[in-house]
Amino acid sequence: MIRSNLLVSLVRTLRNIGHHFSDRIWRLGAGARLFWLTLISSGESFRRFHLTIREVYFTGVLSLIIIIVSAFFVGMVLALQGYNTLQKYGSSEATGVLVALSLVRELGPVVTALLFAGRAGTAITAEIGLMKATEQLSAMEMMAVSPIARVIAPRFWAGVIAMPILAALFSMIGILGGYLVAVPLIGVDSGAFWSQMQANVDWHDDIVNGVIKSVVFGVACTMIALFEGYDAPPTAEGVSRATTRTVVTSSLVVLGLDFVLTSFMITL
Amino acid sequence: MTQNIVEIDNLSFGYNGRILHQGINMVFPRGRVIAIMGGSGCGKTTLLRLIGGQVKPSKGEVRVDGLVVHKQSREGIYQLRRKMGMLFQHGALFTDLSVYENVAFPMREHTQLPESMIHDLVLMKLNAVGLRGAHQLMPTELSGGMSRRVALARAIALDPDIVMYDEPFAGLDPISMGVICDLIRTLNDALGTTSIIVSHDVKETFLIADYVYFVANGTVAAEGTPEDLSKSSMPFVYQFVHGEKDGPVPFHYAAGDYRQDLLGFEA
Repeated sequence: MIRSNLLVSLVRTLRNIGHHFSDRIWRLGAGARLFWLTLISSGESFRRFHLTIREVYFTGVLSLIIIIVSAFFVGMVLALQGYNTLQKYGSSEATGVLVALSLVRELGPVVTALLFAGRAGTAITAEIGLMKATEQLSAMEMMAVSPIARVIAPRFWAGVIAMPILAALFSMIGILGGYLVAVPLIGVDSGAFWSQMQANVDWHDDIVNGVIKSVVFGVACTMIALFEGYDAPPTAEGVSRATTRTVVTSSLVVLGLDFVLTSFMITL
Repeated sequence: MTQNIVEIDNLSFGYNGRILHQGINMVFPRGRVIAIMGGSGCGKTTLLRLIGGQVKPSKGEVRVDGLVVHKQSREGIYQLRRKMGMLFQHGALFTDLSVYENVAFPMREHTQLPESMIHDLVLMKLNAVGLRGAHQLMPTELSGGMSRRVALARAIALDPDIVMYDEPFAGLDPISMGVICDLIRTLNDALGTTSIIVSHDVKETFLIADYVYFVANGTVAAEGTPEDLSKSSMPFVYQFVHGEKDGPVPFHYAAGDYRQDLLGFEA
């Protein structure tokens, strides 16, 4: 009897693991399919560019406050920490370089993407999920209007456009925050702060690579948010779970992609 | 031009191992109001989805205007859908668009009409459902009945050949129900469309339908004019029309032995 129960329990566990694994594979395939359909249905987003602009406002402009405030504090903390360490080696003038490189190369794109997933990604998932639950997407289908062309693609391109701009703003505001702490507050020389930054931040290796990262993160975060909403079960619980999954998946994917991209950028 | 705008021929459909429809045959002549009735979960709404090409039959076919729906390409299905309007159970209005923009939506998507003409058409459609004065409101500001009427104005925006109504009377107060009831018949006759109503509200449906199909256990259990079905002595039709608690559709969901369930309970 005990052996039989153990066997049943083992079979159930194996079945659950298999089901979980196959479900992940299926979702990956469904996500890739939606990505492909979005790309081939993108003509509408550019022909009627006002649809995309409207979404840029919702995803980008409305995320500005959180991005600016976060960037300001991140820059200030970076300057404090950087100065504290650098002064031990007599290099406190390099505080500006440290702040700028940290922001442009890593923190700008990564933190912006994490904040973007939390602010705009969840809003996209909840909106699409609710549109599905209230049959708005079905209504569109029945009106011979493709929801992918009319709803998904404009939001996708809006995310791709908004992310690099937000990341650039994050880096700029962060540097400003770092300047305010390093120069007026701590007393680092203003000329040294800016000139060292100018001399050591490389256009291609630092800025272009940072922009590439932010574009890739924009594609990943927006697509995850759109897929989770589009795939959400049409119930309150389904939409709530999808919204949570958007944040968790986006955060993990951004951190993972950051490692992969950085490896490539350093190697090449 | 075929006499029947929609024909359902030996249709079977199921999903997840559950058979929903088995060998269903129906015809929908042009210009008529045809109702599909049956208990909750019998697959009435799915029949509308099959007509609209949102799902594919496992056997048989649905023909709209002589064309087999599931054999059409995506573009072909979209062409067929331009001949259809659909009123969803809860309206399915786009919540980010005003009443005006909701009705204008199909016109903007499918026509190149100038803004002045869209303006006039939208107000005419809204006037037909009595809501011209509400054109600037947002969907969240509308009652259930008003939402349904705006959705109806949107469904007829492009003067479709077929209008499908999914539970148009569900959850409405008696006045709104009467208004919707009247609108369906009036618009059908005025626009010369074919109306397909899916409902389980016997009184209202019998009032406006020309012909009724009863669906039960995946098949057409009965069909006829409302007058014939009102007098029918078929057990299922009688139970449904008269709202009997028990009958061919049992009160209890299939369950094991009651005594065993109560006594055999283990916490």
